[in-house]
Amino acid sequence: MEFFSRYKNALVLIAVLLAQTIALAVQVRRAPDAAEPDSHQVRLLRLWVTSLVTPFARTAHFVGSGVRGGFSNYVALWHVRQQNQELRDRLAAMRMEQAEQVEDVMQGHRLQAMLHFREQYVGGSVVAQVIATSGTDQSRMLLLDKGADAGLKPEMAVVTPDGVVGKLRDVFPHSSQLLLLNDQSSGAGVILASTRLRAIVKGTPTGRLQIGNLTADSRIQPGEKVLTSGGDQVFPRGLPVGTVESISPDPEHQPYTSIRVRPAANLSQLEEVLVITELQSELPGQAQEDLKEAEAKHLADVAAAKAGQPLPSQAAPALGRGLDLSGGVPEPLGAAGETKVQAPPPEKAPGGLVPKPIPALRPDRYSPGVTPPAVDLTPGASHAPVSPPAPARQPESQEAPR
Amino acid sequence: MATRSYTSRRELEQYSFHPAMTLLVPLGAILLQVMLPKLSWRLGLLDLPLIATIFFAVARRSPVAGTLTGALIGLAQDALTNQPIGVNGMAKCVVGYAGASIGVRVDVENLSTRVLLNFGFSMMQSVLLFLIQRYLLGIPGMHLLWLHELIRALANTAVALPLFLMLDRGKRMI
Repeated sequence: MEFFSRYKNALVLIAVLLAQTIALAVQVRRAPDAAEPDSHQVRLLRLWVTSLVTPFARTAHFVGSGVRGGFSNYVALWHVRQQNQELRDRLAAMRMEQAEQVEDVMQGHRLQAMLHFREQYVGGSVVAQVIATSGTDQSRMLLLDKGADAGLKPEMAVVTPDGVVGKLRDVFPHSSQLLLLNDQSSGAGVILASTRLRAIVKGTPTGRLQIGNLTADSRIQPGEKVLTSGGDQVFPRGLPVGTVESISPDPEHQPYTSIRVRPAANLSQLEEVLVITELQSELPGQAQEDLKEAEAKHLADVAAAKAGQPLPSQAAPALGRGLDLSGGVPEPLGAAGETKVQAPPPEKAPGGLVPKPIPALRPDRYSPGVTPPAVDLTPGASHAPVSPPAPARQPESQEAPR
Repeated sequence: MATRSYTSRRELEQYSFHPAMTLLVPLGAILLQVMLPKLSWRLGLLDLPLIATIFFAVARRSPVAGTLTGALIGLAQDALTNQPIGVNGMAKCVVGYAGASIGVRVDVENLSTRVLLNFGFSMMQSVLLFLIQRYLLGIPGMHLLWLHELIRALANTAVALPLFLMLDRGKRMI
Protein backbone atom coordinates (compact mmCIF):
# COMPACT_ATOMS: atom_id res chain seq x y z
CA MET A 1 0.00 0.00 0.00
CA GLU A 2 2.87 2.30 0.81
CA PHE A 3 4.30 1.49 -2.61
CA PHE A 4 1.18 2.76 -4.34
CA SER A 5 1.00 5.97 -2.33
CA ARG A 6 4.71 6.61 -2.85
CA TYR A 7 4.66 6.10 -6.60
CA LYS A 8 1.12 7.30 -7.14
CA ASN A 9 2.05 9.89 -9.76
CA ALA A 10 4.18 7.58 -11.86
CA LEU A 11 1.64 4.79 -11.60
CA VAL A 12 -1.14 7.05 -12.82
CA LEU A 13 1.00 8.12 -15.76
CA ILE A 14 1.85 4.52 -16.63
CA ALA A 15 -1.80 3.48 -16.33
CA VAL A 16 -3.01 6.29 -18.61
CA LEU A 17 -0.28 5.60 -21.15
CA LEU A 18 -0.99 1.89 -21.08
CA ALA A 19 -4.70 2.42 -21.59
CA GLN A 20 -4.07 4.64 -24.59
CA THR A 21 -1.49 2.25 -26.04
CA ILE A 22 -4.01 -0.58 -25.86
CA ALA A 23 -6.64 1.66 -27.42
CA LEU A 24 -4.22 2.52 -30.23
CA ALA A 25 -3.42 -1.14 -30.80
CA VAL A 26 -7.10 -2.04 -31.00
CA GLN A 27 -7.79 0.73 -33.49
CA VAL A 28 -4.80 -0.11 -35.69
CA ARG A 29 -5.54 -3.85 -35.61
CA ARG A 30 -9.04 -3.36 -36.99
CA ALA A 31 -9.41 -4.36 -40.62
CA PRO A 32 -9.77 -1.17 -42.63
CA ASP A 33 -13.29 -0.67 -43.85
CA ALA A 34 -13.74 2.26 -46.16
CA ALA A 35 -17.32 2.95 -45.17
CA GLU A 36 -16.71 2.57 -41.42
CA PRO A 37 -13.17 3.70 -40.68
CA ASP A 38 -13.68 3.63 -36.88
CA SER A 39 -15.12 1.24 -34.36
CA HIS A 40 -18.39 2.17 -32.69
CA GLN A 41 -16.75 3.51 -29.51
CA VAL A 42 -14.20 5.60 -31.39
CA ARG A 43 -16.87 6.94 -33.67
CA LEU A 44 -18.93 7.88 -30.62
CA LEU A 45 -16.01 9.84 -29.16
CA ARG A 46 -15.45 11.63 -32.44
CA LEU A 47 -19.16 12.39 -32.63
CA TRP A 48 -19.19 13.91 -29.13
CA VAL A 49 -16.20 16.15 -29.73
CA THR A 50 -17.35 17.15 -33.20
CA SER A 51 -20.84 17.92 -31.91
CA LEU A 52 -19.26 20.11 -29.25
CA VAL A 53 -17.10 21.99 -31.73
CA THR A 54 -19.52 22.27 -34.65
CA PRO A 55 -21.95 24.88 -33.23
CA PHE A 56 -19.12 27.23 -32.29
CA ALA A 57 -17.34 26.70 -35.58
CA ARG A 58 -20.57 27.20 -37.51
CA THR A 59 -21.29 30.46 -35.66
CA ALA A 60 -17.74 31.74 -36.14
CA HIS A 61 -17.89 30.84 -39.82
CA PHE A 62 -21.26 32.56 -40.22
CA VAL A 63 -20.07 35.78 -38.57
CA GLY A 64 -16.72 35.73 -40.36
CA SER A 65 -18.16 35.04 -43.78
CA GLY A 66 -20.85 37.67 -43.21
CA VAL A 67 -18.29 40.36 -42.52
CA ARG A 68 -16.00 39.24 -45.31
CA GLY A 69 -18.93 38.77 -47.71
CA GLY A 70 -20.30 42.26 -47.06
CA PHE A 71 -16.95 43.87 -47.74
CA SER A 72 -16.14 41.75 -50.77
CA ASN A 73 -19.61 42.36 -52.25
CA TYR A 74 -19.00 46.08 -51.98
CA VAL A 75 -15.57 45.77 -53.58
CA ALA A 76 -16.93 43.46 -56.29
CA LEU A 77 -19.34 46.14 -57.47
CA TRP A 78 -16.40 48.27 -58.55
CA HIS A 79 -15.36 45.77 -61.19
CA VAL A 80 -18.68 44.25 -62.17
CA ARG A 81 -18.84 45.87 -65.64
CA GLN A 82 -15.34 44.82 -66.58
CA GLN A 83 -15.96 41.37 -65.18
CA ASN A 84 -19.16 41.08 -67.20
CA GLN A 85 -17.28 41.84 -70.41
CA GLU A 86 -14.61 39.33 -69.52
CA LEU A 87 -17.24 36.70 -68.89
CA ARG A 88 -18.86 37.41 -72.25
CA ASP A 89 -15.52 36.97 -73.98
CA ARG A 90 -14.93 33.80 -72.06
CA LEU A 91 -18.36 32.49 -73.03
CA ALA A 92 -17.60 33.11 -76.69
CA ALA A 93 -14.28 31.32 -76.38
CA MET A 94 -15.91 28.40 -74.60
CA ARG A 95 -18.52 28.11 -77.34
CA MET A 96 -15.74 27.61 -79.81
CA GLU A 97 -14.00 25.09 -77.56
CA GLN A 98 -17.27 23.26 -77.13
CA ALA A 99 -17.79 23.12 -80.87
CA GLU A 100 -14.37 21.59 -81.32
CA GLN A 101 -15.22 18.89 -78.82
CA VAL A 102 -18.71 17.91 -79.95
CA GLU A 103 -17.46 15.60 -82.66
CA ASP A 104 -15.14 13.85 -80.20
CA VAL A 105 -17.95 13.46 -77.68
CA MET A 106 -20.25 11.93 -80.24
CA GLN A 107 -17.55 9.56 -81.42
CA GLY A 108 -16.75 8.66 -77.81
CA HIS A 109 -20.39 7.81 -77.13
CA ARG A 110 -20.56 5.59 -80.19
CA LEU A 111 -17.40 3.74 -79.17
CA GLN A 112 -18.60 3.34 -75.59
CA ALA A 113 -21.86 1.91 -76.82
CA MET A 114 -19.98 -0.53 -79.06
CA LEU A 115 -17.73 -1.64 -76.20
CA HIS A 116 -20.57 -1.73 -73.64
CA PHE A 117 -18.44 0.59 -71.54
CA ARG A 118 -20.34 2.19 -68.67
CA GLU A 119 -19.17 5.70 -68.02
CA GLN A 120 -19.98 7.35 -64.69
CA TYR A 121 -21.32 10.87 -64.64
CA VAL A 122 -22.03 13.17 -61.73
CA GLY A 123 -25.72 12.78 -61.06
CA GLY A 124 -26.11 14.85 -57.92
CA SER A 125 -24.03 17.04 -55.67
CA VAL A 126 -24.31 19.06 -52.48
CA VAL A 127 -22.51 22.33 -51.81
CA ALA A 128 -20.89 22.43 -48.38
CA GLN A 129 -18.98 25.08 -46.48
CA VAL A 130 -15.70 24.42 -44.69
CA ILE A 131 -16.23 25.54 -41.09
CA ALA A 132 -13.13 24.21 -39.33
CA THR A 133 -9.93 22.23 -39.73
CA SER A 134 -8.44 19.36 -37.77
CA GLY A 135 -6.17 21.85 -36.04
CA THR A 136 -2.94 20.01 -36.74
CA ASP A 137 -0.73 19.77 -39.78
CA GLN A 138 -0.28 16.05 -39.17
CA SER A 139 -3.88 15.43 -40.14
CA ARG A 140 -5.17 17.21 -43.21
CA MET A 141 -8.85 17.09 -42.57
CA LEU A 142 -11.63 19.66 -42.69
CA LEU A 143 -15.00 19.91 -41.02
CA LEU A 144 -17.95 20.54 -43.35
CA ASP A 145 -21.26 22.08 -42.35
CA LYS A 146 -23.33 19.37 -44.07
CA GLY A 147 -23.85 15.86 -42.79
CA ALA A 148 -26.07 12.84 -43.08
CA ASP A 149 -29.17 15.07 -43.02
CA ALA A 150 -28.05 16.46 -46.41
CA GLY A 151 -27.61 12.99 -47.85
CA LEU A 152 -23.86 12.72 -47.34
CA LYS A 153 -22.20 9.36 -46.77
CA PRO A 154 -18.63 8.24 -46.09
CA GLU A 155 -16.35 7.81 -49.11
CA MET A 156 -18.19 10.35 -51.24
CA ALA A 157 -15.91 12.33 -53.54
CA VAL A 158 -15.42 16.03 -52.83
CA VAL A 159 -14.38 18.44 -55.57
CA THR A 160 -14.12 22.12 -56.42
CA PRO A 161 -14.30 23.74 -59.86
CA ASP A 162 -10.50 23.54 -59.93
CA GLY A 163 -10.27 19.84 -59.25
CA VAL A 164 -10.47 17.00 -56.77
CA VAL A 165 -9.91 17.85 -53.10
CA GLY A 166 -10.63 14.61 -51.22
CA LYS A 167 -13.33 12.37 -49.89
CA LEU A 168 -15.61 12.19 -46.87
CA ARG A 169 -14.37 10.24 -43.89
CA ASP A 170 -16.82 10.29 -40.97
CA VAL A 171 -20.29 11.65 -41.58
CA PHE A 172 -22.24 12.89 -38.55
CA PRO A 173 -25.87 13.99 -38.46
CA HIS A 174 -25.17 17.69 -39.12
CA SER A 175 -21.52 17.76 -40.10
CA SER A 176 -18.91 15.65 -41.82
CA GLN A 177 -15.15 15.27 -42.01
CA LEU A 178 -13.41 15.81 -45.33
CA LEU A 179 -10.13 13.95 -45.70
CA LEU A 180 -7.97 15.97 -48.06
CA LEU A 181 -6.14 14.30 -50.91
CA ASN A 182 -2.74 15.39 -49.54
CA ASP A 183 -3.21 13.66 -46.19
CA GLN A 184 -0.77 10.82 -45.69
CA SER A 185 -3.61 8.31 -45.39
CA SER A 186 -5.37 9.53 -48.52
CA GLY A 187 -5.00 8.69 -52.19
CA ALA A 188 -6.72 8.36 -55.55
CA GLY A 189 -6.43 6.39 -58.77
CA VAL A 190 -5.13 8.67 -61.50
CA ILE A 191 -4.15 8.66 -65.13
CA LEU A 192 -1.52 10.86 -66.75
CA ALA A 193 -3.30 12.84 -69.43
CA SER A 194 -0.90 12.52 -72.36
CA THR A 195 0.98 9.29 -71.65
CA ARG A 196 -2.20 7.53 -70.42
CA LEU A 197 -0.22 5.83 -67.66
CA ARG A 198 -2.30 4.75 -64.70
CA ALA A 199 -0.99 5.36 -61.20
CA ILE A 200 -1.95 6.06 -57.61
CA VAL A 201 -1.45 9.50 -56.16
CA LYS A 202 -0.97 9.68 -52.40
CA GLY A 203 -0.46 12.32 -49.77
CA THR A 204 2.81 12.56 -47.88
CA PRO A 205 3.49 13.43 -44.21
CA THR A 206 4.54 16.90 -45.37
CA GLY A 207 1.25 17.51 -47.18
CA ARG A 208 2.39 17.01 -50.74
CA LEU A 209 0.90 14.88 -53.50
CA GLN A 210 3.12 12.15 -54.86
CA ILE A 211 2.94 9.30 -57.35
CA GLY A 212 5.25 6.53 -56.21
CA ASN A 213 4.21 3.43 -58.13
CA LEU A 214 5.61 4.23 -61.57
CA THR A 215 9.01 3.22 -62.86
CA ALA A 216 11.22 5.68 -64.71
CA ASP A 217 9.69 6.73 -68.01
CA SER A 218 11.15 9.44 -70.20
CA ARG A 219 7.70 10.28 -71.57
CA ILE A 220 6.59 11.68 -68.23
CA GLN A 221 7.53 15.32 -68.17
CA PRO A 222 6.84 18.17 -65.74
CA GLY A 223 3.68 20.00 -66.67
CA GLU A 224 1.73 16.90 -67.62
CA LYS A 225 -1.86 16.95 -66.41
CA VAL A 226 -2.99 14.32 -63.91
CA LEU A 227 -6.65 13.24 -64.00
CA THR A 228 -8.73 10.81 -61.97
CA SER A 229 -8.90 7.40 -63.58
CA GLY A 230 -12.14 6.27 -61.95
CA GLY A 231 -10.50 3.02 -60.93
CA ASP A 232 -10.80 3.71 -57.20
CA GLN A 233 -14.62 3.70 -57.38
CA VAL A 234 -14.66 6.98 -55.44
CA PHE A 235 -13.84 9.73 -57.91
CA PRO A 236 -15.52 9.93 -61.32
CA ARG A 237 -13.17 9.60 -64.27
CA GLY A 238 -11.52 12.62 -65.84
CA LEU A 239 -11.53 15.12 -62.98
CA PRO A 240 -8.37 17.22 -62.72
CA VAL A 241 -6.10 16.21 -59.85
CA GLY A 242 -3.05 18.31 -60.59
CA THR A 243 0.05 18.79 -62.67
CA VAL A 244 3.34 16.90 -62.60
CA GLU A 245 5.81 19.18 -60.84
CA SER A 246 8.99 17.14 -60.72
CA ILE A 247 10.26 13.62 -61.32
CA SER A 248 13.11 12.11 -59.36
CA PRO A 249 14.33 8.62 -58.47
CA ASP A 250 12.94 7.28 -55.21
CA PRO A 251 16.01 6.01 -53.30
CA GLU A 252 13.87 4.16 -50.75
CA HIS A 253 11.74 2.30 -53.30
CA GLN A 254 13.89 1.43 -56.30
CA PRO A 255 13.22 1.12 -59.21
CA TYR A 256 10.23 3.40 -58.73
CA THR A 257 10.29 7.14 -59.25
CA SER A 258 8.91 9.83 -57.03
CA ILE A 259 6.64 12.05 -59.10
CA ARG A 260 5.56 15.15 -57.25
CA VAL A 261 2.16 16.51 -58.27
CA ARG A 262 0.99 20.07 -57.72
CA PRO A 263 -2.71 19.92 -56.76
CA ALA A 264 -5.15 21.54 -59.17
CA ALA A 265 -7.25 22.83 -56.27
CA ASN A 266 -5.80 25.03 -53.55
CA LEU A 267 -6.05 22.53 -50.71
CA SER A 268 -4.85 24.96 -48.06
CA GLN A 269 -7.52 27.60 -48.69
CA LEU A 270 -10.82 25.85 -49.23
CA GLU A 271 -14.02 27.73 -48.44
CA GLU A 272 -16.71 25.92 -50.36
CA VAL A 273 -16.69 22.43 -51.81
CA LEU A 274 -18.97 20.22 -53.83
CA VAL A 275 -19.76 16.75 -52.48
CA ILE A 276 -20.68 14.32 -55.26
CA THR A 277 -23.65 12.46 -53.83
CA GLU A 278 -24.70 10.48 -56.87
CA LEU A 279 -23.01 8.89 -59.84
CA GLN A 280 -24.99 7.64 -62.82
CA SER A 281 -24.21 5.84 -66.03
CA GLU A 282 -26.27 8.25 -68.15
CA LEU A 283 -25.47 11.86 -68.84
CA PRO A 284 -27.40 14.27 -66.58
CA GLY A 285 -30.61 15.73 -68.03
CA GLN A 286 -29.23 19.13 -68.93
CA ALA A 287 -26.10 17.63 -70.50
CA GLN A 288 -28.25 15.24 -72.55
CA GLU A 289 -30.27 18.15 -73.85
CA ASP A 290 -27.10 20.04 -74.70
CA LEU A 291 -25.70 17.03 -76.52
CA LYS A 292 -28.92 16.49 -78.46
CA GLU A 293 -28.92 20.13 -79.45
CA ALA A 294 -25.29 19.92 -80.53
CA GLU A 295 -26.00 16.75 -82.53
CA ALA A 296 -28.93 18.41 -84.26
CA LYS A 297 -26.78 21.38 -85.14
CA HIS A 298 -24.08 19.04 -86.37
CA LEU A 299 -26.51 17.29 -88.70
CA ALA A 300 -27.83 20.61 -89.93
CA ASP A 301 -24.28 21.74 -90.50
CA VAL A 302 -23.46 18.62 -92.49
CA ALA A 303 -26.61 19.07 -94.57
CA ALA A 304 -25.73 22.69 -95.21
CA ALA A 305 -22.23 21.72 -96.32
CA LYS A 306 -23.64 19.15 -98.75
CA ALA A 307 -26.01 21.72 -100.13
CA GLY A 308 -23.09 24.11 -100.62
CA GLN A 309 -24.53 26.91 -98.53
CA PRO A 310 -22.25 29.76 -97.49
CA LEU A 311 -20.75 29.63 -94.04
CA PRO A 312 -22.29 31.75 -91.34
CA SER A 313 -20.56 34.84 -90.13
CA GLN A 314 -19.88 33.61 -86.58
CA ALA A 315 -17.58 30.98 -87.97
CA ALA A 316 -15.04 33.51 -89.18
CA PRO A 317 -12.64 33.36 -86.23
CA ALA A 318 -12.41 29.60 -86.48
CA LEU A 319 -11.70 29.52 -90.17
CA GLY A 320 -8.06 30.16 -89.58
CA ARG A 321 -7.93 26.85 -87.76
CA GLY A 322 -9.78 25.01 -90.50
CA LEU A 323 -12.99 24.81 -88.49
CA ASP A 324 -16.48 25.82 -89.33
CA LEU A 325 -18.18 27.27 -86.29
CA SER A 326 -21.45 28.95 -85.95
CA GLY A 327 -23.50 29.77 -82.94
CA GLY A 328 -25.61 32.20 -81.10
CA VAL A 329 -23.02 34.93 -80.62
CA PRO A 330 -24.92 38.00 -81.64
CA GLU A 331 -22.05 40.02 -83.08
CA PRO A 332 -19.07 39.11 -85.24
CA LEU A 333 -16.04 38.52 -83.07
CA GLY A 334 -13.68 40.13 -85.54
CA ALA A 335 -12.04 43.39 -84.62
CA ALA A 336 -13.30 46.64 -86.06
CA GLY A 337 -11.88 47.42 -89.46
CA GLU A 338 -11.92 43.85 -90.72
CA THR A 339 -13.75 43.01 -93.90
CA LYS A 340 -17.45 42.77 -93.19
CA VAL A 341 -18.87 39.29 -93.21
CA GLN A 342 -22.09 38.74 -95.06
CA ALA A 343 -24.32 36.82 -92.68
CA PRO A 344 -26.73 34.32 -94.20
CA PRO A 345 -30.44 34.74 -93.68
CA PRO A 346 -31.48 33.42 -90.24
CA GLU A 347 -33.74 30.71 -91.64
CA LYS A 348 -30.94 29.32 -93.78
CA ALA A 349 -28.21 29.48 -91.16
CA PRO A 350 -27.22 26.02 -90.02
CA GLY A 351 -26.56 27.46 -86.62
CA GLY A 352 -24.42 24.54 -85.46
CA LEU A 353 -21.46 24.71 -83.18
CA VAL A 354 -19.89 21.83 -85.05
CA PRO A 355 -16.52 21.68 -86.77
CA LYS A 356 -16.36 20.53 -90.37
CA PRO A 357 -13.66 20.80 -92.99
CA ILE A 358 -13.81 23.64 -95.45
CA PRO A 359 -14.58 22.51 -99.01
CA ALA A 360 -11.35 22.46 -101.03
CA LEU A 361 -10.96 25.05 -103.78
CA ARG A 362 -9.14 22.56 -106.03
CA PRO A 363 -10.20 19.09 -104.91
CA ASP A 364 -7.93 16.14 -105.55
CA ARG A 365 -8.03 12.47 -104.49
CA TYR A 366 -7.03 13.41 -100.93
CA SER A 367 -9.82 15.93 -100.42
CA PRO A 368 -12.55 15.06 -97.88
CA GLY A 369 -15.57 13.44 -99.47
CA VAL A 370 -13.73 12.24 -102.58
CA THR A 371 -13.11 8.70 -101.38
CA PRO A 372 -16.25 6.52 -101.54
CA PRO A 373 -17.56 5.06 -98.27
CA ALA A 374 -15.78 1.97 -96.97
CA VAL A 375 -18.88 -0.21 -97.46
CA ASP A 376 -18.74 0.46 -101.20
CA LEU A 377 -15.10 -0.56 -101.55
CA THR A 378 -13.81 -3.99 -102.54
CA PRO A 379 -10.47 -5.09 -101.12
CA GLY A 380 -7.79 -5.07 -103.83
CA ALA A 381 -10.04 -3.46 -106.42
CA SER A 382 -9.33 -0.05 -107.86
CA HIS A 383 -11.98 2.57 -107.65
CA ALA A 384 -12.77 5.69 -109.50
CA PRO A 385 -12.78 8.79 -107.36
CA VAL A 386 -16.12 10.26 -106.62
CA SER A 387 -16.42 13.61 -108.21
CA PRO A 388 -16.68 16.11 -105.43
CA PRO A 389 -19.45 18.63 -105.36
CA ALA A 390 -18.57 21.93 -106.86
CA PRO A 391 -17.31 24.18 -104.10
CA ALA A 392 -19.69 26.89 -103.18
CA ARG A 393 -18.48 30.38 -103.88
CA GLN A 394 -17.06 31.61 -100.60
CA PRO A 395 -17.65 35.13 -99.48
CA GLU A 396 -14.50 37.20 -99.73
CA SER A 397 -14.49 37.88 -96.04
CA GLN A 398 -14.11 34.19 -95.24
CA GLU A 399 -10.97 33.93 -97.28
CA ALA A 400 -9.53 37.07 -95.86
CA PRO A 401 -8.43 35.57 -92.50
CA ARG A 402 -6.57 32.83 -94.32
CA MET B 1 -8.57 18.46 4.68
CA ALA B 2 -4.85 17.84 4.28
CA THR B 3 -2.54 19.53 6.75
CA ARG B 4 -0.12 21.99 5.13
CA SER B 5 3.28 22.87 6.48
CA TYR B 6 3.95 25.53 3.77
CA THR B 7 7.60 24.59 3.66
CA SER B 8 7.79 23.39 0.04
CA ARG B 9 7.32 25.25 -3.27
CA ARG B 10 4.48 22.92 -4.05
CA GLU B 11 2.52 23.98 -1.00
CA LEU B 12 3.48 27.64 -1.28
CA GLU B 13 2.59 28.06 -4.95
CA GLN B 14 -0.08 25.49 -5.67
CA TYR B 15 -3.06 27.03 -7.41
CA SER B 16 -6.53 25.97 -8.27
CA PHE B 17 -8.96 27.30 -10.87
CA HIS B 18 -12.65 27.95 -11.08
CA PRO B 19 -14.37 24.94 -12.65
CA ALA B 20 -15.64 27.12 -15.48
CA MET B 21 -12.10 28.19 -16.30
CA THR B 22 -10.86 24.61 -16.06
CA LEU B 23 -13.43 23.64 -18.66
CA LEU B 24 -13.58 26.69 -20.89
CA VAL B 25 -9.88 27.41 -21.38
CA PRO B 26 -9.03 23.98 -22.87
CA LEU B 27 -12.26 24.04 -24.88
CA GLY B 28 -11.49 27.54 -26.16
CA ALA B 29 -7.95 26.45 -27.03
CA ILE B 30 -9.25 23.50 -29.05
CA LEU B 31 -11.86 25.65 -30.79
CA LEU B 32 -9.32 28.28 -31.76
CA GLN B 33 -6.95 25.56 -32.86
CA VAL B 34 -9.43 24.15 -35.36
CA MET B 35 -10.61 27.53 -36.61
CA LEU B 36 -7.40 29.55 -36.90
CA PRO B 37 -5.82 27.44 -39.70
CA LYS B 38 -8.90 28.25 -41.76
CA LEU B 39 -7.82 31.89 -41.80
CA SER B 40 -4.27 30.98 -42.74
CA TRP B 41 -2.78 27.51 -42.99
CA ARG B 42 0.41 28.85 -41.37
CA LEU B 43 -1.47 29.21 -38.09
CA GLY B 44 -1.66 25.41 -38.00
CA LEU B 45 1.89 25.64 -36.70
CA LEU B 46 0.59 26.73 -33.31
CA ASP B 47 -0.58 24.26 -30.69
CA LEU B 48 -2.87 26.14 -28.31
CA PRO B 49 -4.09 22.97 -26.51
CA LEU B 50 -0.44 22.23 -25.69
CA ILE B 51 -0.06 25.69 -24.17
CA ALA B 52 -3.19 25.12 -22.08
CA THR B 53 -1.84 21.75 -20.94
CA ILE B 54 1.48 23.27 -19.86
CA PHE B 55 -0.23 26.16 -18.08
CA PHE B 56 -2.57 24.00 -16.00
CA ALA B 57 0.16 21.46 -15.25
CA VAL B 58 2.72 23.92 -13.95
CA ALA B 59 0.13 25.96 -12.05
CA ARG B 60 -1.49 23.04 -10.27
CA ARG B 61 1.81 21.30 -9.62
CA SER B 62 0.04 17.99 -9.33
CA PRO B 63 1.45 15.30 -11.64
CA VAL B 64 -1.78 13.30 -11.50
CA ALA B 65 -3.87 16.32 -12.47
CA GLY B 66 -1.32 17.23 -15.15
CA THR B 67 -1.42 13.73 -16.61
CA LEU B 68 -5.20 13.61 -16.71
CA THR B 69 -5.56 17.16 -18.06
CA GLY B 70 -3.04 16.43 -20.83
CA ALA B 71 -4.70 13.14 -21.69
CA LEU B 72 -8.18 14.65 -21.93
CA ILE B 73 -7.08 17.61 -24.03
CA GLY B 74 -5.05 15.33 -26.30
CA LEU B 75 -7.90 12.87 -26.73
CA ALA B 76 -10.26 15.69 -27.67
CA GLN B 77 -7.73 16.85 -30.25
CA ASP B 78 -7.41 13.34 -31.63
CA ALA B 79 -11.16 13.06 -32.05
CA LEU B 80 -11.03 15.92 -34.55
CA THR B 81 -8.32 14.35 -36.67
CA ASN B 82 -8.20 11.19 -38.75
CA GLN B 83 -5.46 9.74 -36.57
CA PRO B 84 -6.21 6.92 -34.15
CA ILE B 85 -7.47 8.21 -30.82
CA GLY B 86 -4.59 8.41 -28.36
CA VAL B 87 -1.72 9.85 -30.39
CA ASN B 88 -2.00 13.36 -28.99
CA GLY B 89 -3.46 11.96 -25.76
CA MET B 90 -0.27 10.06 -25.00
CA ALA B 91 2.05 12.89 -25.96
CA LYS B 92 0.15 15.49 -23.96
CA CYS B 93 -0.26 13.37 -20.85
CA VAL B 94 3.54 12.95 -20.74
CA VAL B 95 3.92 16.72 -21.19
CA GLY B 96 1.36 17.34 -18.44
CA TYR B 97 3.13 14.97 -16.08
CA ALA B 98 6.56 16.48 -16.82
CA GLY B 99 5.22 20.04 -16.52
CA ALA B 100 3.72 19.37 -13.09
CA SER B 101 6.84 17.55 -11.90
CA ILE B 102 9.11 20.40 -12.97
CA GLY B 103 6.69 22.97 -11.53
CA VAL B 104 7.23 21.46 -8.11
CA ARG B 105 10.97 22.10 -8.30
CA VAL B 106 11.47 25.41 -10.11
CA ASP B 107 9.92 28.87 -10.06
CA VAL B 108 7.52 28.74 -12.97
CA GLU B 109 6.39 32.35 -12.53
CA ASN B 110 9.69 33.57 -13.88
CA LEU B 111 9.58 34.75 -17.48
CA SER B 112 12.75 33.02 -18.60
CA THR B 113 11.59 29.79 -16.98
CA ARG B 114 8.35 30.02 -18.88
CA VAL B 115 10.23 30.54 -22.13
CA LEU B 116 12.34 27.47 -21.49
CA LEU B 117 9.35 25.40 -20.37
CA ASN B 118 7.24 26.19 -23.41
CA PHE B 119 10.06 25.77 -25.88
CA GLY B 120 11.24 22.56 -24.29
CA PHE B 121 7.80 20.98 -23.98
CA SER B 122 6.91 21.92 -27.54
CA MET B 123 10.02 20.17 -28.81
CA MET B 124 9.34 17.26 -26.47
CA GLN B 125 5.84 16.86 -27.85
CA SER B 126 7.13 16.91 -31.44
CA VAL B 127 9.59 14.13 -30.62
CA LEU B 128 6.91 12.13 -28.80
CA LEU B 129 4.46 12.46 -31.69
CA PHE B 130 7.15 11.34 -34.11
CA LEU B 131 8.02 8.32 -31.97
CA ILE B 132 4.37 7.32 -31.55
CA GLN B 133 3.60 7.63 -35.25
CA ARG B 134 6.81 6.14 -36.55
CA TYR B 135 7.32 3.26 -34.14
CA LEU B 136 4.00 2.63 -32.40
CA LEU B 137 1.73 3.10 -35.42
CA GLY B 138 4.42 2.11 -37.93
CA ILE B 139 3.62 4.87 -40.42
CA PRO B 140 6.23 4.66 -43.20
CA GLY B 141 7.99 7.74 -44.51
CA MET B 142 7.77 9.65 -41.24
CA HIS B 143 10.65 12.01 -40.68
CA LEU B 144 11.23 14.54 -37.95
CA LEU B 145 11.61 17.90 -39.66
CA TRP B 146 13.83 19.59 -37.12
CA LEU B 147 13.67 23.09 -38.58
CA HIS B 148 9.89 22.92 -38.85
CA GLU B 149 9.56 21.73 -35.26
CA LEU B 150 12.01 24.38 -34.09
CA ILE B 151 9.92 27.11 -35.69
CA ARG B 152 6.80 25.56 -34.18
CA ALA B 153 8.38 25.59 -30.72
CA LEU B 154 9.42 29.22 -31.10
CA ALA B 155 5.94 30.22 -32.29
CA ASN B 156 4.29 28.36 -29.41
CA THR B 157 6.61 30.04 -26.95
CA ALA B 158 5.90 33.48 -28.38
CA VAL B 159 2.14 32.93 -28.10
CA ALA B 160 2.33 31.22 -24.69
CA LEU B 161 3.95 34.12 -22.84
CA PRO B 162 1.11 36.65 -23.19
CA LEU B 163 -1.45 33.86 -22.78
CA PHE B 164 0.12 32.77 -19.50
CA LEU B 165 0.01 36.37 -18.23
CA MET B 166 -3.66 36.55 -19.13
CA LEU B 167 -4.51 33.20 -17.58
CA ASP B 168 -2.58 34.07 -14.42
CA ARG B 169 -5.52 36.30 -13.48
CA GLY B 170 -7.72 33.25 -13.07
CA LYS B 171 -5.45 31.57 -10.52
CA ARG B 172 -6.64 30.99 -6.98
CA MET B 173 -4.24 30.11 -4.19
CA ILE B 174 -5.24 26.91 -2.47
